[in-house]
Amino acid sequence: MNGPVIEMLSDPIFYRALGLGLLLTLQISVFSIVLSSVFGIILGAMRYTGAPVISQIAGTYIEIVRNLPALLLILVSYFVLGLPAVWAATIGLTIFTSAIIAEIIRGGLNSVPEGQWEAARSQGFSFLQSMRYIVLPPSIVKMIPPIVSQFVTVIKDSSLALAIGAYELMFKGTILAATYWKPAQIITIYLVISLIYFTINFTISLVARSLQTKLSVGRGSIGD
Amino acid sequence: MSDILSNIGFLQEGPFAVARWEAVFASIDTLWQGLLITLLVASLGLALALALGIILGVMSASHWRLSRAFARGYVEFFQNTPLLIQIFMLYNAIPLIWPGLFIPVIVIGILGVGMYHGAYIAEVIRAGIQSIGRGQLEASVSQGMTYIQAMRYIIIPQAMKIVLPPMTNQAVNLIKNTSVIAIIAGGDLMYAGDSFAGRYGHYGPTYVLVGLGYFLLCFPLAMLARRLEEQSRVA
Repeated sequence: MNGPVIEMLSDPIFYRALGLGLLLTLQISVFSIVLSSVFGIILGAMRYTGAPVISQIAGTYIEIVRNLPALLLILVSYFVLGLPAVWAATIGLTIFTSAIIAEIIRGGLNSVPEGQWEAARSQGFSFLQSMRYIVLPPSIVKMIPPIVSQFVTVIKDSSLALAIGAYELMFKGTILAATYWKPAQIITIYLVISLIYFTINFTISLVARSLQTKLSVGRGSIGD
Repeated sequence: MSDILSNIGFLQEGPFAVARWEAVFASIDTLWQGLLITLLVASLGLALALALGIILGVMSASHWRLSRAFARGYVEFFQNTPLLIQIFMLYNAIPLIWPGLFIPVIVIGILGVGMYHGAYIAEVIRAGIQSIGRGQLEASVSQGMTYIQAMRYIIIPQAMKIVLPPMTNQAVNLIKNTSVIAIIAGGDLMYAGDSFAGRYGHYGPTYVLVGLGYFLLCFPLAMLARRLEEQSRVA
């Protein structure tokens, strides 16, 4: 390691800046994940019912939003809705992610064959019981990998908040690179930021993978 | 009629006022040019992503540990870090490592989305290959085919059916993600819209048209993906 990099790494500001950035990144991500899980479940359920108007409203929302870039939704939340940067990023990501999660939920529920529903109902299970004991268990196992990879996408996409000047990790790094502008320093900053994102996301992916294995092993072979 | 219209508040002032729409349509050429750049970056980026994805996908399904490890590392790195930082590295870090090396922003966009989605396509390809089962590969090799031949004539044609729907979804994501180069002044649709909107404050109509542009590119592909998915479920 050379002089300028050591100089930067021994400056407390380096850690403070990235630490604060990371906190905001986590704040935006966690809020977006929670909110979009709630809205995604509602929208997915609306779509799954197939009830005339309800299903079409959800379907239109999903089809429009999932074919737009997340960056556009963040910019719209900031410039058109006039939200403060951090909330514009959170809401923009929520609008986008809700649609994706709704699709995953609908797909997961639909993956359980019609026959299993009918069998459950004919055995005297109520709607809720059939859902709880027959339909949900295998669908949830199917939903976990795509939902988790969507959560990872939220964390990655929170970096787009840089475009509207929210002081999350990516933007903090860019500001830091104005002070520590020497090539080796800038490259180190980028590498450290990558490593932070990587550590968080890779851990989440690993946890999801083991969770899925555990769930599917516990339930024996399901359907496929 | 015009009396009624002039009494409708949001047509007179605010983010979606008629005057703003007129101003945006007067400079619609800017958005068209942006759309062309987006198409260029998306199509070349997709070509690169497909090439990388196929190579890495075959590598990660192979029996050589070294090639598996390399492909794994590539996929994990690119899937778990933001596209934005990868693009920043190409944009800012490469000229620092090789001073004087000038890479046009469009090329950075192509490399950025190509390498990023290459990782996702590699995973799709790997899953496709592995779904075919070792037996078929062994059978082909025992018939005197080389590994490459077996892949080319036996495994890949069958895997294509499984692979096509998620691959099409990746193409949709790739098109949407080209918008990230707007942040490095990539000249694409998002950049054209954003800089135009920023100059005159016509955010509302501009973003609606930009959104429409992405929607028209992505929606047909998304529909295609769904149809392919339904077909493969029936088959």
